[in-house]
Amino acid sequence: MQKPFAIALDVGTSLANLTGSWRTERPVYVDLLPPCNHACPAGENIQAWLYHAEEGDYESAWRKLMESNPLPAVHGRVCYRPCETACNRGQLDQTVSIHAIERFLGDEALKRGWTIEPGAPTGKHVLVIGAGPSGLSAAYHLRRLGHEVTVHDAGPLAGGMMRFGIPKYRLPRDILDGEIARIVGMGVTVKLDSPVTDIPEQMKKGGFDAAFVAVGAHLAKRTDIPAREAGKIVDAVSLLRGMETGAEPPKLGRRVVIYGGGNTALDAARTAKRLGASEALVVYRRTQEQMPAHDVELEEALDEGVILHWLRTIKQIDGTTFTVEKMKIDENGWPQPTGEYEELEADTLILALGQSVDTSFMKTIPGVEIADDGVIDVDETMMTGYRGLFAGGDMVPAERTVTVAVGHGKKAALNIDAYLRGEQRELPEKHPAADFERLNTWYYTDADKTVQPTLDLIRRRTTFDEIHGGLDETNALFEARRCLSCGNCFECDNCYGFCPDNAVIKLGPGRRFEFNYDFCKGCGLCAAECPCGAIVMEPETF
Amino acid sequence: MSQRIKFYQTGTLTVGNRLLDAKDRTVQATLDRGNSLTSGHRACQGCGEALGARYVVDAAMRWADNRVVAVNATGCLEVFSTPYPESSWQVPWIHSLFGNAPAVATGVRAALRAKGRTDVKVLAQGGDGGTVDIGFGCLSGMFERNDDVLYVCYDNEAYMNTGVQRSSRTPPAARTATTPPVGNSSGNVFGQGKNAALIAMAHNIPYVATASVADLHDLEEKVTKAMGIDGARYIHVHVPCPLGWGSPPHDTIRLARLAVETGLFALFEAEDGEVSDVTHIRRRLPVEEYLKPQRRFAHLFRPQTDADAIGQIQSIADRNIEKFGLIGRNG
Repeated sequence: MQKPFAIALDVGTSLANLTGSWRTERPVYVDLLPPCNHACPAGENIQAWLYHAEEGDYESAWRKLMESNPLPAVHGRVCYRPCETACNRGQLDQTVSIHAIERFLGDEALKRGWTIEPGAPTGKHVLVIGAGPSGLSAAYHLRRLGHEVTVHDAGPLAGGMMRFGIPKYRLPRDILDGEIARIVGMGVTVKLDSPVTDIPEQMKKGGFDAAFVAVGAHLAKRTDIPAREAGKIVDAVSLLRGMETGAEPPKLGRRVVIYGGGNTALDAARTAKRLGASEALVVYRRTQEQMPAHDVELEEALDEGVILHWLRTIKQIDGTTFTVEKMKIDENGWPQPTGEYEELEADTLILALGQSVDTSFMKTIPGVEIADDGVIDVDETMMTGYRGLFAGGDMVPAERTVTVAVGHGKKAALNIDAYLRGEQRELPEKHPAADFERLNTWYYTDADKTVQPTLDLIRRRTTFDEIHGGLDETNALFEARRCLSCGNCFECDNCYGFCPDNAVIKLGPGRRFEFNYDFCKGCGLCAAECPCGAIVMEPETF
Repeated sequence: MSQRIKFYQTGTLTVGNRLLDAKDRTVQATLDRGNSLTSGHRACQGCGEALGARYVVDAAMRWADNRVVAVNATGCLEVFSTPYPESSWQVPWIHSLFGNAPAVATGVRAALRAKGRTDVKVLAQGGDGGTVDIGFGCLSGMFERNDDVLYVCYDNEAYMNTGVQRSSRTPPAARTATTPPVGNSSGNVFGQGKNAALIAMAHNIPYVATASVADLHDLEEKVTKAMGIDGARYIHVHVPCPLGWGSPPHDTIRLARLAVETGLFALFEAEDGEVSDVTHIRRRLPVEEYLKPQRRFAHLFRPQTDADAIGQIQSIADRNIEKFGLIGRNG
């Protein structure tokens, strides 16, 4: 036997002494559910794709992201990022700018032409109605699972509300077109200007094995305002849609009033500013805090000079003169009239009072339940009362955002896949939450969030150029590395280094660690010093 | 001190990190670290000394390409690592008496020189009892002769292996078997203290440093630096003891960190008798944060708070911070 330097005699090694027998608790590696993943309506495993991005392996990061969301360049721009609201880093310094990294990955993929291969053909054919975010997401996931997909859309271009509802300055069309083209390139047949009026008939005729309907909500809600002499009134949905279909931009005049408090109202106001209105005044019946518009959107609108006039309702229109009544909030949070009036002058009124769903074409389908507001009832698999017909997006009860719609598309696709195989979809067990309290924050160094470049205000008010710039490779890497990796090992080596008994085995890069229970005394140092809370102590049961 | 890299998720505060350049990781993070003190030793759960010894000897072995002989004083480290016929040491290792480790190391150095083995480095190690109390005469002699030995003291602040008796490193107010807080006594006396690192510096030896098991990068850097210097060198490592301090085993690193962050244990380096660098406190904390989790200080908080004693301990911390300039540019 080769003896170590200067060792002459055989000594009994202490490796014969299995100190693991001292243990009353054992450390166990776990993967917990990070708050970002928990919050993502599209079901992204954000922490997992950031893990790859941290290494600068952007393609792997993008592929991980694409397992859930086929539209990262779009989402990096327009998602209202519930992930960032939930991010644990917010309790330390500032949240990780997840959307900025997602956008960087999405743009990188478009630039480099990365694609996703469809799955092995199953011989099944699915009809998708609506080429909006939900329909496109369903089509993408169904193709990955090997099913043939035909998408019908009533409009002249694919994209749904991403195109006809979200203005260009938030989502440039080359980006949207690029991501749609990639989905189509997976072998999805898209039929534009082809509304489906009789779904069961279409399914039978086309030999479809299942269908997913996601036609969105684009009927503008109206309200009756007494008008002695009605001035120019347009609805926000038509205004935003008109911007895309190539029609002559509407003449809104110098002063524009927008009635409503949602994201669409603000998009309409910001569009009006860009079309030359010197004043865009948003009239909303409740308080600024109660506006359904998201904070980011509100902040950007205010920056661009949009004026808010909250706690007001429009009572009467007389040409360009609007009589508005002041409101006050009662103890139940509802606006109540005060009997005090004031007058506003405006050339155009834009109504942005919400949108409803037109599902009248589904009324005759046996088993399909339609609520009063047109919304379709679905079960937990997204299936309607009609077997094989699934629905999602804005037309089912949920928050109406692009990200929720994409999540519906994915969920429906997975359930359609199970349905086509005659199975029940097995839901993976949810991991316990990786709360901030589980982290040992000593180990994280302070690092401020990377700020994206923003277009200057003059250009924001006058052009439809994209407002926010993207990150570059260096700051995207920096930002990705701000991730705390909550509840999931990121190989910091603390457990390996801090074990007084060498009872942690390092398996090498990307392969994490293992406990050697022969020697682990169960002191718990590894669990206490794990920055991200990925080790728990469990009582021994022997 | 090493430049903290803020760019990474955890900078250089963790043991390793897959994103760091290999040169910025610790020896302890490497797949092929020596594990000079291997598994199966009989140290208590969460032993700070076992950790400290592995850190120091692994780093020394890495520097010297394994050409190291280790001399050990009597103490916990010796007892838990070598119950006959087993040894946990994966390094040539010799033990003689409680108080003579520095002298034995001097002898080993002389013998190696006589054999022409100047490539071999000599490391001596002991606890605070064997070093700062019993072995102090031999140690001072070793310093005075500037013998080519790196002496490392693992300071757990009492004689732990014989049942937690007071040593000259036991902090004021701490309860030990020989300083029980009874009657008017509030644990160990508020004496003059005995800072072995400062005494070592008074010998004008080439290198003296203090280190903590909570700051591995700093510790390894100091060991590596010391290994590259000829002559007598001394490193004093702070190692919490769950048994003697009455703290949960999983709190060992946290307590070592709190000792540094409160200013009670100052991290510094000295070359040729002069302080040459200090490790700044990252997040300064009051001493209560350090005292409270330890049962040896429980009598300062129950049945009522002994504000006087806590205040005196705080002033020790404050004096350290002032003396060594521990508050500085945030690392």
